[in-house]
Amino acid sequence: MSEPGRGSGLISETEWRKPSIRWGMRTTHALLFVGLVVIGIGPILWLAKSAITPTLDTISQPIALFPHGTAWSNVRQAWSDVHVGRYFWNTIVIAFGSWAVQIVVATTGGFALSVLRPRYAPIIKGLLLGTLFIPAIVLLVPLYIEIVHVPIVHKSLIDSYWAVWLPAGASAFNVILVTRFFDNLPREIFEAAEIDGAGPFQLFWRIVLPLSKPILGVVSIFALLASWKDFLWPLLVLSNPNKQPLSVRLPSIESQTSLGVFLAAMFIACLLPIAGFLIFQRSFLRGTGLGGAIKG
Amino acid sequence: MATVDQPREPAVTSDRGLPRRFTVPRRTPLTWVRGGGLAAFLFLLPLLFVFGAFSWYPIVRTAIMSFQHTNLVQAPTWVGFQNFSAVWHDPQFPVAVKNTAYFALLALVFGYPIPLIAAVLMSEVRKRRGVYSAIAYLPVVIPPVVAVLLWKTFYDASSLGVFNTVLHRVGLGPYPWLQSQQWAMPSLVLESTWANAGATMIIYLAALTGVNPELYEAASADGAGLLRKVWHITLPQIRGVLLVTLILQIIGTAQVFLEPYLFTSGGPANATLTVMLLIYNYAFGNSLGGDYGKATALSLMLAGFLAVFSLVYLRATRSWSTR
Repeated sequence: MSEPGRGSGLISETEWRKPSIRWGMRTTHALLFVGLVVIGIGPILWLAKSAITPTLDTISQPIALFPHGTAWSNVRQAWSDVHVGRYFWNTIVIAFGSWAVQIVVATTGGFALSVLRPRYAPIIKGLLLGTLFIPAIVLLVPLYIEIVHVPIVHKSLIDSYWAVWLPAGASAFNVILVTRFFDNLPREIFEAAEIDGAGPFQLFWRIVLPLSKPILGVVSIFALLASWKDFLWPLLVLSNPNKQPLSVRLPSIESQTSLGVFLAAMFIACLLPIAGFLIFQRSFLRGTGLGGAIKG
Repeated sequence: MATVDQPREPAVTSDRGLPRRFTVPRRTPLTWVRGGGLAAFLFLLPLLFVFGAFSWYPIVRTAIMSFQHTNLVQAPTWVGFQNFSAVWHDPQFPVAVKNTAYFALLALVFGYPIPLIAAVLMSEVRKRRGVYSAIAYLPVVIPPVVAVLLWKTFYDASSLGVFNTVLHRVGLGPYPWLQSQQWAMPSLVLESTWANAGATMIIYLAALTGVNPELYEAASADGAGLLRKVWHITLPQIRGVLLVTLILQIIGTAQVFLEPYLFTSGGPANATLTVMLLIYNYAFGNSLGGDYGKATALSLMLAGFLAVFSLVYLRATRSWSTR
């Protein structure tokens, strides 16, 4: 982002001083703002409003604002009667497990590929890059069969959270992001640490990890969000409703309950991602720009 | 696995450019451990296990399964190209291909120019630009299932549906939205654009800050107006990013699943049956047991098409993107 208070330079300062351009741009920006609010936040505000509106009001007057008062009972019913509370907890467990696996794989793998650099590192890097070009759909069916009949141990991982956690770790994007970050750390620090007698494990734990907080923040945010948003994979491998995350349960909740309670359940599903986004906005937006740069 | 260290491999140079055979005369397992080879391998273990088991192995398995008949009960049998020809002759196959292409095309028409225009305008916002980008990005963090089910409520075809109520105020509608063969696909694309445009816009905003302001100054000095500056400086300067987002969007929309699955289940009358949904139906849609061979064959066909398409695209745009 360029410095605050200035544009990208598309409109020069002399042009900006002309009233016609200044007011033209200001009007355009006001319209853009209104458009963004109505389109971007509007649906979410409607969801928030309808989550606490009696079902009958939402059905008969969908865009009226509380014609007959509020119904906070929707939220309570959603949380306890249709067990959103439990599914919410499942979602959190799934998200943090996937996050942990992704962080372990990306940091240890990145450390080996970037700092320790064994001779075969280029082969592994090549295989990692190769997976980036394989669409996820190619993995779906064999991965599912592998989970149903795990080779070697001959067990089924269906309904085990490991079936969601472990495959989440196979994100080449994370490993490449972390490896590139490690590549840019100053080599002199590693050499100094080695002279002081630090082995690879101390180097990793005491020096590289503390230095890589920024990139770990970005990877963590996207790992947690991606897990929270995931639908198809948990739907396939978690067949027991008591173990399923919220996103998988929502379509069935829709048919089980009234519209008001269903909308309250959906609103609950959005709460954490929205709160997380508002708190860690900078990392989100920076990370998205970063993603574009790497993909480019 | 090919990743085990091979001591006799004559490496040409070490990291410092010296021939390695002069610096390391003989490599034994002991020197390998002392030289940090074991530590490196231990650090790589989680990566090798997770990628081996959940990425590399399934990729190979797809290729094998597409030539087999698998039903999880009996041992798989080899059937040659039977799965591929079964998919090819499935009357639903051309429908799914056509629908997916239509979805991708509509997604480009709606979803490609809007984030670009918004980003160019937004890059000129002088105060509180962060608020603009935050609002635009918010739909991206909404779980897609919620987004789809919420829009499904909006698309209620009765005159009391949310969109129909709003449009009624301005004298339009009511529209059948998802229930009409003609409007179902555009409705899906509209939701998908809402859910995804914010991320593309943030990528463009980041690219726009990389444009050298001196180029604009020079153009202004030559008397170029606003639109000419956008056309002759902004767009050419970010063309690399524009080309990449275009191909990534096409690859993404070719695999669209959630929208047709949750909105319409492929209906009405197969109007929103996409390739990805067809793969899902082959493998998991039948309660009597999946046809995994056909599912993997179709997913390979899709992946192969996307690979060829991307290569041709990169070839065709290479001279234009780097120059």
